[in-house]
Amino acid sequence: MTKFKIATWLGALVFSVMAWSQTLAIASQEKLVISGSSTMAPLVAEIGKRFENLHPGTRVDVQTGGSSRGIADTVNGLADIGMVSRALKPHEHALHGATIAHDGITMILHKDNPVDELSNEHIKAIYSGVITNWKTVGGLDAPITVINKAEGRSTLELFLQYFQLSNRIIRAHVIIGDNEQGIKTIAGNPHAIGYVSVGTAQYDATHEVPIKLLALHHIPATLKTVQAGTFPLSRPLTLVSKNPFTGLAQTFIDFSQSPAVHDLILKQYFVPIP
Amino acid sequence: MISFSNNISSQFLNDRVLLWSLRFFALIAGSLLFLIVIFLIHEAWPALHQLGITSFFTDNAWYPTESLYLLTPMLWGTFLATIGAVILAAPIGILSAVFIHYYAPSLLAITYRRLIELLAGIPSVVFGLWGLVVLVPLIASWQPPGPSLLAGMLILFLMILPTITLVIHSSLAQIPIAYIHNATALGLGRWSMIRKVILPAAKSGIFTGIFLGVARALGETMAILMVCGNVVQAPSHLFDPIRTLTANIALEMAYALGNHRSTLFVSGLMLMAMVVIFVLIAEQLRYRETYADAN
Repeated sequence: MTKFKIATWLGALVFSVMAWSQTLAIASQEKLVISGSSTMAPLVAEIGKRFENLHPGTRVDVQTGGSSRGIADTVNGLADIGMVSRALKPHEHALHGATIAHDGITMILHKDNPVDELSNEHIKAIYSGVITNWKTVGGLDAPITVINKAEGRSTLELFLQYFQLSNRIIRAHVIIGDNEQGIKTIAGNPHAIGYVSVGTAQYDATHEVPIKLLALHHIPATLKTVQAGTFPLSRPLTLVSKNPFTGLAQTFIDFSQSPAVHDLILKQYFVPIP
Repeated sequence: MISFSNNISSQFLNDRVLLWSLRFFALIAGSLLFLIVIFLIHEAWPALHQLGITSFFTDNAWYPTESLYLLTPMLWGTFLATIGAVILAAPIGILSAVFIHYYAPSLLAITYRRLIELLAGIPSVVFGLWGLVVLVPLIASWQPPGPSLLAGMLILFLMILPTITLVIHSSLAQIPIAYIHNATALGLGRWSMIRKVILPAAKSGIFTGIFLGVARALGETMAILMVCGNVVQAPSHLFDPIRTLTANIALEMAYALGNHRSTLFVSGLMLMAMVVIFVLIAEQLRYRETYADAN
């Protein structure tokens, strides 16, 4: 019994010493806290891993919470760098930003839907509940299922801004959180319309998910047109900071904009800056 | 002699150690609830203070980015989906438990029970995914758009059925064998015995099973989020999409700031209040039903 107790105490002691030294080791590292857009987080986390390998003794901590959270955290000093997946708003222009890639948003339909292109006016009318049947825009005689994004998402913001809609007049049947939920909903409903990232949509469309990407202004939604900057509904992915980048943050920004991470950007279906 | 008394006092000591450690752990378990409520109120306070509690019931709609925070449609969503699921699951749960216990041959009973236990162990996100890729398209082909109150009810029904069945099953197993002997001696048939003797005797257990089912249905988030459509509106029929309080928190918390975020904690408080009200009503019912004959 006593032997067992002593062993337990010894174990606990050894363990706490180990935990303590671990904490010390972490404290001696240089740490970069990055927070913001959930669209960018997976990409920046990958870049961060590669950055850590190249710069031993550094740690890149990536947290998500949306573009607005990223800006708030940078302004409040909770994060060193914010991730923003939309153009900066006027009152946010005081921030220092560096674009690392582009992302496009595409309208998607079910593969079996005979409609191949919709004008901006049609899309506006569908989303505001003026057109409620595919027949009106040259499709089958079936009610349209409108899929919208939940409030606060930057995809929604960009969509509303581009089509000059307000969320209040949108008559949605389904409200989704992430891109995959939207794609699955459309894959299961031939009469649905929604919008997601071009990268995600193109990946799924080429991997036997029954969806198709709609062209806008006759420009097809592909990674190429987003890269060329010709696809109208696209957004920059930007890293921001309150003060001009210095030291480790500057090194990280330079690394993120260099061709050394282009493979990571393409792997996430985003488009690198030229 | 001395060693004997020593032994006793050490037993007393052990007892006391046990007693105090039990008290300590009970205190932790009990205070958890209070800590959660205090946390919720603390986080919800800015909204409660600045917007006032009435604005959650009198605002025009739920547009948090335009500072409109109406919560009633989501209260309705949560309430209707839960009630619908329980109305479906309670009778089937009771009948399944009776079947396992009194009708099924033992091999079938064991297999059936194992299956139900397995069903209870399936994570909710799996139910949600199944609902999204199978159930919702099915409803959509019949009554578009598909994601709806009905889909939510059916998914919740599947999720709470095993809970209800298993709890009722174990309460049936505790019925004294003498009841069954007496009923048989009186010449009652199997169904009359179940209806007149077994079910009244198991009433308390049946209530407990249904309570647990309702509690799980009220709190379910992931599966409901995937199949209900999440449109903020009071549904006018079964095929209308709804948003529940839990789905509202899960959908918007990651992106919410300021009063919006605080209001999401208010929806958490409301959910808590719903559970408390429900438990109070249920306890009252159970007390009355169980002890009515004694008075």
